[in-house]
Amino acid sequence: MHCPKCHAPMHTYNRNGVQIEQCSGCRGIFLDYGELEALTQLEAQWSKPAPPAPQAYPAAPAPAWGAPHGGHHGGHGHYDHHGHHGHHKSWAHMLFSS
Amino acid sequence: MTADSPALIPALTAEVRAVAHPDRTGDDPCACDSSPLADRPDATVVRHADTVAKAHAPGTDRAELARRLAVAARLPDVLLPPLSPAPAPVLGRLVTFWPYGAPVDPDDRDAAPWEDTAALLARLHRTPAPAGLPPMRGPAKAARAVARLCSALRAEPHPAAGPVLAAWAALPAWARAEVPMPGPPALCHGDLHLGQLVRHPAPDGPWRLIDVDDLGTGVPAWDLARPAAWYACGLLPPDEWTRFLGTYQRAGGPAVPVKDDPWAALDVPARALTVQTAALAVAKALAAGRPLDEVEQAVVDACARMAPISHELAPEVRD
Repeated sequence: MHCPKCHAPMHTYNRNGVQIEQCSGCRGIFLDYGELEALTQLEAQWSKPAPPAPQAYPAAPAPAWGAPHGGHHGGHGHYDHHGHHGHHKSWAHMLFSS
Repeated sequence: MTADSPALIPALTAEVRAVAHPDRTGDDPCACDSSPLADRPDATVVRHADTVAKAHAPGTDRAELARRLAVAARLPDVLLPPLSPAPAPVLGRLVTFWPYGAPVDPDDRDAAPWEDTAALLARLHRTPAPAGLPPMRGPAKAARAVARLCSALRAEPHPAAGPVLAAWAALPAWARAEVPMPGPPALCHGDLHLGQLVRHPAPDGPWRLIDVDDLGTGVPAWDLARPAAWYACGLLPPDEWTRFLGTYQRAGGPAVPVKDDPWAALDVPARALTVQTAALAVAKALAAGRPLDEVEQAVVDACARMAPISHELAPEVRD
């Protein structure tokens, strides 16, 4: 994805489970729907012990270089492979071989 | 068929038949089927009835393989135990014999035994390694994959090569097999993926790990790093990753902390296995003269995202 302001490529970072796109040019930040609220919630929890979240957000921490998982960017991840056969074949090959 | 040894499969078939039916002679052949299970440059595997013969990679060190076999024989609750303690030479290859086990069904999305895999790895990693066991060969395998890519690139360039080689260059030397692995060494499998699990006895016995070729001492997070890399690349859904990681932590596996961020330990091995997978994918696509498919591209894309992360989000972030 490209920055709407300066059109440089944007890189995805994961901060406390919130996916953040930052422009490699102007360093501007893009948040998906709901991510500002997620950040605000995290900030509010900073000074008090976190109660068990009613809805786990996100499912698990991931490295900053990881792909956006389901729910972000409208994507469904490559594991949603109920589509065509070739995709499943490649997916299975990758999980079953050195 | 591997072109360099067309006689290997018939020879292996004869050997495995003799091991499966020790009382039969050549004049009294059995009616069981023999089938090749794998025929790759690094391994040829033939099954006959309940017995499997594996010809190990050319150049396999006999003493090292024997030490690895001894670990499998000693840990039958974790690793499929071999039928014989010593490898036998067949046509210049070292051959080992195993009981047949039923593999994971690659076409059944829900068949992957994540909890069992995690529990087996935790048990393996908690087992003290016997003296004299060689290092686990995970980093060496990653280096070999990158070497294979580099050799393919000498014939033809590829746009994905840049990000893959840059991600490789950014890894610490130990993950590139240039210096010994750090930390207290654990007993590791070295090449964990879903093809390395079988149920024994087939079809519904307990799950066991197979393939001791890369087994040895080293950084135990390497064994968790393929699932971690699949998860990071978007190939494994978060819930399956969480089931795997959570079971490993609850089983007392030493590779990751129980409470703190597991990615502190997983990051380097998961990057290395992502690079290894991407390097092999690009090399194979070059050899076949085809474009990368969607899954392979996802792994290359992950390599491309690794480069800008070293300097991370700048602290002086402003709008």
